Amino acid sequence: MSYPKRTKDQLAARVARDIHDGAYVNLGIGMPTLVANHLPADIEVVLHSENGILGMGPAPAEGTEDYDLINAGKQPVTLLPGGAFFHHADSFGMMRGGHLDICVLGAFQVSATGDLANWSTGEPGAIPAVGGAMDLAIGAKQTWVMMDLLTKQGESKVVARCGYPLTGIGCVKRIYTDLATLACTPRGLMLIDAIDGLGHAELERLVGLPIQTATDNHDAKDRP
Amino acid sequence: MINKIAASVAEALADVKDGATVLVGGFGTAGIPNELIDGLLAQGAKDLTVVNNNAGNGDAGLAALLKAGRVRKIICSFPRQADSHVFDALYRAGKLELELVPQGNLAERIRAAGAGIGAFFTPTGFGTELARNADGSPKETREINGRSYVLEYPIHGDLALIKAERGDRWGNLTYRMAARNFGPVMATAARRTVATVHEIQALGTLDPESIVTPGIFVSRIVKVDRVATQAGGFRKAA
Repeated sequence: MSYPKRTKDQLAARVARDIHDGAYVNLGIGMPTLVANHLPADIEVVLHSENGILGMGPAPAEGTEDYDLINAGKQPVTLLPGGAFFHHADSFGMMRGGHLDICVLGAFQVSATGDLANWSTGEPGAIPAVGGAMDLAIGAKQTWVMMDLLTKQGESKVVARCGYPLTGIGCVKRIYTDLATLACTPRGLMLIDAIDGLGHAELERLVGLPIQTATDNHDAKDRP
Repeated sequence: MINKIAASVAEALADVKDGATVLVGGFGTAGIPNELIDGLLAQGAKDLTVVNNNAGNGDAGLAALLKAGRVRKIICSFPRQADSHVFDALYRAGKLELELVPQGNLAERIRAAGAGIGAFFTPTGFGTELARNADGSPKETREINGRSYVLEYPIHGDLALIKAERGDRWGNLTYRMAARNFGPVMATAARRTVATVHEIQALGTLDPESIVTPGIFVSRIVKVDRVATQAGGFRKAA
């Protein structure tokens, strides 16, 4: 296999490229937070944090941390001009009510039709914890997943049917991975792009599922 | 004359009963009413049900209340944290009941209690393990306009403990940044709400446009010191 995988930063940049000017966006804990570093400087994107912030800015300079101003991952952040604070019921109303344009989440598994598993591996004896994962998954206008395509053991995390406990059903629209970008549709996976050197047949072999390509009567901008 | 200012935490929490359901504000380092949790520990009520986003961390605050065996059940969204060893041990030993609730459902169930809503249908959690009751039976669901929803019931508190920033003798409250989190919602949902503030202002001097929690939702306020640190910041315990 001679194709170079997208690094975490390249993957974050790939996600950032699809975020539009004026979007209200929630970036999940972990890898999705990297997307903020790659948003184009010439557009305005308003970041939402589930604990009650819109207009969230980057981490503060050392020594200026304020522990009343933290993100969902409980790390100190800043507030951009125009930012606002609100209580938890409003914050989750923004999600559930469909007011956020895009939510980017990590995942253990995503099914071809967009089922998401990202809150529990279902191990016996594990302490369950869900936080805002289920609200985020089903709330935004578009839920995108950002993850490595394969596990360390080489198994596809994009699956026909999730084996891990579900976070939401049919909620993921796109999967951005280190090898390819895929759309989840009711009819299964569609290819948006793959890294240079990774052919369609090899990608299907890695995922173990059929991946449709956009037909010629679809303009690129109309693709899912 | 209305005067909701309590002289001390002990006075504000004097009559908490065994078996009470206590809503406790806070998310991460922000908005945790530490002095009130310590006060509850000192007051002695037991067999409590605690509603909080998390389940305590380290050995102080909520973790200390758990460790003292005073909590029968915890309703929260995210009990597992790097240093939630007190909760972890009690849960694994079967000494603490856990009701795990998606965070937005937690906030909305509390909001519903405060707003007099009997129950509500939410899309969050539909088709997941959390759309089940404690006995494993499925929660009621309904399809409305082509979308599937789960029926969720309100969470009423006997007591809410919250951290605010400024208050007056009528109990009007303002908050500071992301420390607002669950405070305004929990204040509405309990029979009795006790808030800490860092400043008590004369009646009429809080900007009415800036009051987030009107005093009708507040029973008592207690002034506590701000735990200040270097310029621009507040220590974790603030």
